[in-house]
Amino acid sequence: MNRIIYLIKRQPIWIFVFVCIVFFSFSSPYFFDIRNFSNILVQASTIGLIALGMTFVMINGNIDLSVGATLALAASLAVGLQPQLGIIGAVSVGLLSGILIGALNGIIAWKTGVDAFIVTLGAMIGVRGLVFIYTEEQAFYAYDLAYANFGASSLFGIPVLALIFVFLTIIAHLVLKYTIHGRNVFAVGGNRVAAKEAGIRVGPHMLLNFILIGFLAALSGILLSTQMGASTPNLGRNYELWTITAVVLGGTRLTGGFGSIIGTLGGVLAIAILRNGMNLLQVPSFYVLIILGSILILVLFLDKRFAEPQGVGA
Amino acid sequence: MNTQTEMKEPINSQPEEKPLLKLKNVSKSFPGVKALDGVELDVRAGEVHALLGENGAGKSTLMKILAGIYQPDGGEVILEDQLVHMSSPLEAREHGVLLIHQELSLVPDMTVAENVFLGNIPRFANIFVNNRHLNERCGEILTRLNCKFKPTEKLGNLSIANQQMVEIARALVFQPKVVVFDEPTASLTDYEKVVLFGVIRELKESGTAIVYISHRMDEIFELSDRISVLRDGTYQGTFYTRQTNEDEVTQRMIGRDLDADIEHQPPELGAKALQVSGLGIEGLYSDISFDVHAGEVVGFYGLVGAGRTEIMETIFGLRKPDSGSVQINGQNLAINSPSDAIDHGLGLVPESRKEQGLVLGMSCKDNTTLANISEFTKLGWIDTSAERKVFEEYMDKLRIKCPGWEYSTLNLSGGNQQKVVIGKWLSTSPKILILDEPTRGIDVGSKSEIHHLIRELAKTGLAVIVVSSEMPEVLTVSDRIIAMYDGRITRCFDRGEVTEDTLIRAITGQTER
Amino acid sequence: MAFILCVVIFSLSTQKFLSTDNFLTVVMQASIIGTIALGVTFVVIGGNLDLSVGSLLSFATVLVVDLHDKVGPGTAILLMFVFTLLIGSVNGYLIGYLRLNSLIVTLGMLSAIQGITLVYSGGKNVDISDQTNTWFAFFGREALFGVPVPAIIFIVLGIILQIVLLKTGFGRKIFAIGGNATASLFSGLRRNRLVFSTYLLSAFTTGCAALILGSRVMGSQNNVGEGYELLVLAGVILGGTSLLGGSGSIARTVIGVLILAMIQNGLLLLGFPYYTQWLVTWVVIIVAVWLDIAAKRGKLFSTY
Repeated sequence: MNRIIYLIKRQPIWIFVFVCIVFFSFSSPYFFDIRNFSNILVQASTIGLIALGMTFVMINGNIDLSVGATLALAASLAVGLQPQLGIIGAVSVGLLSGILIGALNGIIAWKTGVDAFIVTLGAMIGVRGLVFIYTEEQAFYAYDLAYANFGASSLFGIPVLALIFVFLTIIAHLVLKYTIHGRNVFAVGGNRVAAKEAGIRVGPHMLLNFILIGFLAALSGILLSTQMGASTPNLGRNYELWTITAVVLGGTRLTGGFGSIIGTLGGVLAIAILRNGMNLLQVPSFYVLIILGSILILVLFLDKRFAEPQGVGA
Repeated sequence: MNTQTEMKEPINSQPEEKPLLKLKNVSKSFPGVKALDGVELDVRAGEVHALLGENGAGKSTLMKILAGIYQPDGGEVILEDQLVHMSSPLEAREHGVLLIHQELSLVPDMTVAENVFLGNIPRFANIFVNNRHLNERCGEILTRLNCKFKPTEKLGNLSIANQQMVEIARALVFQPKVVVFDEPTASLTDYEKVVLFGVIRELKESGTAIVYISHRMDEIFELSDRISVLRDGTYQGTFYTRQTNEDEVTQRMIGRDLDADIEHQPPELGAKALQVSGLGIEGLYSDISFDVHAGEVVGFYGLVGAGRTEIMETIFGLRKPDSGSVQINGQNLAINSPSDAIDHGLGLVPESRKEQGLVLGMSCKDNTTLANISEFTKLGWIDTSAERKVFEEYMDKLRIKCPGWEYSTLNLSGGNQQKVVIGKWLSTSPKILILDEPTRGIDVGSKSEIHHLIRELAKTGLAVIVVSSEMPEVLTVSDRIIAMYDGRITRCFDRGEVTEDTLIRAITGQTER
Repeated sequence: MAFILCVVIFSLSTQKFLSTDNFLTVVMQASIIGTIALGVTFVVIGGNLDLSVGSLLSFATVLVVDLHDKVGPGTAILLMFVFTLLIGSVNGYLIGYLRLNSLIVTLGMLSAIQGITLVYSGGKNVDISDQTNTWFAFFGREALFGVPVPAIIFIVLGIILQIVLLKTGFGRKIFAIGGNATASLFSGLRRNRLVFSTYLLSAFTTGCAALILGSRVMGSQNNVGEGYELLVLAGVILGGTSLLGGSGSIARTVIGVLILAMIQNGLLLLGFPYYTQWLVTWVVIIVAVWLDIAAKRGKLFSTY
């Protein structure tokens, strides 16, 4: 019993997810259905993949605002280069672009000491510029049907995209929880000075996390484009904000040092289920925005009320 | 300073005579302050070497040099006959020198074991955390330290005392040659203190050299083998603990009274300005009653953590009391915020001038007028020339050394920064001024100036409270001294009746009235 | 510095750049982002962030344009400001009085306001039916003494707010709470109220920007302000206002925003593709902040 209360205290977002599932199951006949659940997972995977990386970056005490633009760049390259390089070549270039942008962000943040917020804000604007210059503001279509077929394919009756998302979530969870790197993510975010004094190489460590999120954003963009069989230059607009919302809903602390992949998964699912359920109930999607915004602030409020002792001037 | 004449021959055979760690003629300056001037220190394996001095005597600077946080401007650090340069805490650790901070450098959201092995976590297959190994090894160390908590406990859930044990456990991982303890008992209960001393003795037995920094005489005499004394950044000699006594080292530590020229006339007492009755906050302090008259200086003396600062913050509206009341000029008042306090004629020169006193990025003038900026504004508009006049007035009066009113306080010396903070409060024309550790970390010259100033302010009819951990300071400036121990007032002294001995007893809880 | 550099580079490269006409074009282009940035500068100096201004701009523009035909321009403007300030005060209450993290609160508000806008408009774009015979056109389409009104609004508001920031007790207190919240508390400043009012200010200037935008376009999409929050921040940061709070100035924000607009204008005049400006912006933002930090720490590279 205590353990349950402990879990609820730690992962309040899962209660919300649970309540949502119960609510929508009763109010819509289409909701509680394996096919719909697969659907939700596929819908969740785009934000979800980036959110995995964002969890690392945010526990680290940083933030990455450039993920939406990175996503669009990778998708555009992966679709746009197919005529020249073939699917595999183009996708590789797309993934590489994400890794490079992540590395660039990481190196700049490390070497210049400029706050990650500003570094990635710059990258967000600049990379989006790259996308527009490269695409000349055109949408690209994947003429090789195999590309779009991949996005719609299933394995054992489960969509491949959902499988990829679940698989990478498990990997991310294991890395964060059971590896030295994962442990250092918390150390660096919890007390950067102490971590440095204890001999952790903070700069390279953060660089690695930026590369990770760059890669995941690129992967997410490419998978999204397989769903659509196309890419548009405006792809991924505002995704950085959605991703941060999901991660914060999942209980990762904005100032770093605390958070989990399980929580992030909860945050991602909360958003996806809410969207899916409201859609089934034919509620205009606008209300989802209002509800999500309110929940985000509410979570913050509850966290503040129950987590922080009152000190001087509080 | 001839150390040889001061150190008599040891009676019993002392631990190994060869120094493990030696500091030769070490100096360190900060802008405006010479923190250390030609300091000597030798520490032997298997001894507890106490470093004694008042606040601002240079103890913490010396300790930070040992730990590689600061680099000395001059002099040598010699470890096992090797000249060493320790440019970071990491390097110091590699040399086997570890510092147990007062400010703990731990990660509150991680477990005890993770903190103990921070940056050094046991692995398997090179990338994975070996949790079993991690917790087992940590468990062994904790058992050795007699700790009751588990390696898997979240650090943030532990008491400060236990967190301190974690710091010590962390030091033990590296099998250090030298461990520096900086005021380790400041936040410990008596029982925890006993445990800690046991650990220190055990470390000593195993051949580790311990540098123990404190200004608590009783502890030092209980624990140490030798005592080195610092005063105002200079070395005052080393003594064998068994061959000296408290008087001798106290005299070394305090030295000639710098403010001997302050003449003390009995104050002309005005009306009762402040009356505090039965004030208490659970867990911090209880049943605090005292009064302050216009024209007198009341000193609050006690050890760090005795609850003095918290009382002042309560009076100033920064904390809510659980019980008791505060009367100003005979009126019962509810002070809920500092702005209420200011409206009622209170001023507080806080303990930490950089965090609480100044907005460092702002100019001297802007800081001076910050607490009563509305008096310089007409219809929202700031009258800059009036501001400048006021700042320049205080610049003259307090002898603030600063190139001009627009100069940022960031670049002033500690003494001048403190004068700006005092100027800020004087410009609000307070009736009651509270100064919390007004001369901490300030050079000797400014210190004495501030002491004179405090006396003068009282003469003009201000009611002044001075909170201080430095005995000479309270003795110099106060008309009455209130001694505190562990959240309670233990004794009130009038100027005439106080002696150093009774004062020390009162603040260490040795007597009850 | 960067400002002068920009002017010099572009003047040397193209004759047209230095003409009065072109300068007015630059100011005109900068006016919407710039006007918002004026209020956001107060928020940032006070030690907080405001990411909701983009959504708020959409909201205010949709509102004023939609109400224009229903209740007339005067009442529409009045109502628009009432509701915009109301939303600003929600931000201010949550961040100033409840002390919630400003980044997350305004992120949540970004989404919520977007939703409210869509609910209000039913997802449809709005426009003004009679676009020629309304004095509402004054704010975005007309000029006084040859100077476009948006530029006048931007610059006049900028001058007023610069004076407020530097010469009033209010401005001084904003610097103090952003510079050191604890010391300000110990000096008797009321942080709650001050933070609250910075959010009112940013809502107000966003309302002014909506006036310009609505009047210029005479219609509005629901997401017209999307992404503005970060462009605004870019301008503020470029002006040298520290995200940590406690330093900055309106004049420098104006310069920061003008640099962004000039990069855009100059690169276009030089014949570069439109989006090159974003690449240049990327480099300029990071280099500007880097040099600022490097000067403070006395070393070009950081040490971790």
